[in-house]
Amino acid sequence: MKIEDFHNCSAHLMKKTIAVLVENQFGVLTHVSGLFSARGFNIDSLAVGETEDPTISRMTIVVDGDEKTLEQVKKQLNRLIDVIKVIDLTGEDFVGRELVLIKVKIDDENRSEILQIADTFQARIDDVKRKETVIELTGDQNKIRSFIEIMKPFGILEIVRTGCIAIGRRQ
Amino acid sequence: MKMTGARIFIESLKKEGVKVMFGYPGGVVLPIFDALYDSDIKFILTRHEQGAAHAADGYARATGKVGVCLATSGPGATNLLTGLATANMDSVPIVAFTGQVKTSLIGNDAFQEVDVIGITRPISKHNYLVKDVNNLTTVIKKAFHIASTGRPGVVAVDLPVDIQMQETDFHYPEKADIRGYKPTQKGHIGQIKKAAKLIANSKEPVLYVGGGVIISGASEKLREFAENTEIPVTMTLMGLGAFPGGHELSLGMLGMHGTAYANHAIQESDLIIAVGARFDDRVTGKIDEFAPNAKIIHIDIDPCAISKNVKVDVPIVGDANCILTDVIKYAKKPDISKWNKQIASWKKQFPLAYKKDSRLRPQYVVEEIYNVTKGEAIITTEVGQNQMWAAQFYKYKIPRQFISSGGLGTMGYGFPAAIGAQIGCPGKVIFDIAGDGSIQMNIQELSTAVANKLPLKIAILNNACLGMVRQWQELFYKKRYAYTCFDSSPDFVKLAESYGAVGMRIAKKKK
Repeated sequence: MKIEDFHNCSAHLMKKTIAVLVENQFGVLTHVSGLFSARGFNIDSLAVGETEDPTISRMTIVVDGDEKTLEQVKKQLNRLIDVIKVIDLTGEDFVGRELVLIKVKIDDENRSEILQIADTFQARIDDVKRKETVIELTGDQNKIRSFIEIMKPFGILEIVRTGCIAIGRRQ
Repeated sequence: MKMTGARIFIESLKKEGVKVMFGYPGGVVLPIFDALYDSDIKFILTRHEQGAAHAADGYARATGKVGVCLATSGPGATNLLTGLATANMDSVPIVAFTGQVKTSLIGNDAFQEVDVIGITRPISKHNYLVKDVNNLTTVIKKAFHIASTGRPGVVAVDLPVDIQMQETDFHYPEKADIRGYKPTQKGHIGQIKKAAKLIANSKEPVLYVGGGVIISGASEKLREFAENTEIPVTMTLMGLGAFPGGHELSLGMLGMHGTAYANHAIQESDLIIAVGARFDDRVTGKIDEFAPNAKIIHIDIDPCAISKNVKVDVPIVGDANCILTDVIKYAKKPDISKWNKQIASWKKQFPLAYKKDSRLRPQYVVEEIYNVTKGEAIITTEVGQNQMWAAQFYKYKIPRQFISSGGLGTMGYGFPAAIGAQIGCPGKVIFDIAGDGSIQMNIQELSTAVANKLPLKIAILNNACLGMVRQWQELFYKKRYAYTCFDSSPDFVKLAESYGAVGMRIAKKKK
């Protein structure tokens, strides 16, 4: 998958997916998030977790901006002392996934229709109550976007998203 | 041998070669002050923490060493902030230590608690909260390393009081190993060759140099390069002293407050060679109209500075001194005699001038200070018109001679900075060129200067108003002088005397 497929980007504003390896310690997130707010960079999503090396965390950051801003984002991230490596996945071949939990209104009439759609998307039903259900879906942003669109008419009560995590396919 | 955190702190500073520290005591730094009591590190007690930060900054700028300051938690820490922001903007190496409430109370809104890590983040290069006494030496080692290498800056270290009291063995690490921090020193040879080619083919080149030349100790190389190629040199405010102001190739300062000929030269040039300067908005004005025909070579240690404000044709990341050494090897002298003639005629046509009448003009005062000190004094400045006059009418010969808040533009900077500079350079003549507005922002440090018997001089250019802001109101706000004139001012002569200093008033040229 290419970034072009991954996001519907316009000519000037584009989304960039950046993986940042950081020291797994106190205060690092403050430095990274502070950098974005101070420089007026827009974060689309940010996901963090420990890597195969427990002293290192990996952040996947999706940002919005023009070419110049995105160049600055990378440089400014590199400048942070706790940042070990910045990997720009944009344009690379990578796997990008997000987990989303959606609570949808449900009734006797549409129950089977909703369950069927969920099944088509290979989503999991986590909880079914008489009037609502929680659906768990993993996928790229296109898939998630379409699923949310389809669910909208039924009445979405709540959405929780993890933000994208991404890994390069190349060695 | 077991030592308390406070003792370890002192021993670590000694390992870093710290001879002097500026600061102010308070509740949660008492263990450190107790350890300081019988240490041979000289402690300069200022009268306000802001003064301590500026003094550490002045010390660092005058000597090239890392400045160190120390304050207590809460208000002690917040009072340091203006000084730290000032230093960080101008890439001055400072390690600032603050006390913190004990670790178990952090986050509880304890007495005199403030989130130092949070509030210093945007105004420092890095910061640390020490939560384990066993990490103290490593943190201090890293702090000094980060502050003084790459593009220098401020590192804040927050020390909870219980950490200062806990005991552990003292081992000072040999070196700081930080995997995410490896500043580039040597420039890319391919880029340097590209730059050399542009230089050799240029017809109207200008060297545009900033504080980076001073920080990296590249002045000698810069001079050699300029003299070899005969390329004229203009300096930013921070770059004054990087190249001798009286040199025939010097165009003085450029930008909003610079010389007309420097600005003409930049605008008309076909090649700008920027060294350790960052194309700040006070230099470029409107980016779209800045030097329209020029190709740009940009030498800077900070990759973030490159192509941030203007588009750069040949970026070279690394230490200015290293890179200039290589550039000299490859660059051939361009044929620019016509260009230098043009510049000479601009110099004649638009000299830096002021009205020479019988009145005591501030520019005249600065020129006289230049004459009296034979151009060899260290000049610190406040911010405002005084700063620009000091930049324009004193010709700086050597690096670290002009000490001024360029990036942040901090009023009240110059006087405490002069204190730090004088402590770092005891034999030097030091003048703070001040305005009547700025000097009142840190006037309390007169006490510090007197207590330490520092032979400092302050020239207050007293126009009873905030001249720079008033000038803008005159030009852009229809002369509506809103709150820029003081209704009342102290008698500065008596004020100086009351602090135990000498005060003199000069109202006429003859005196």
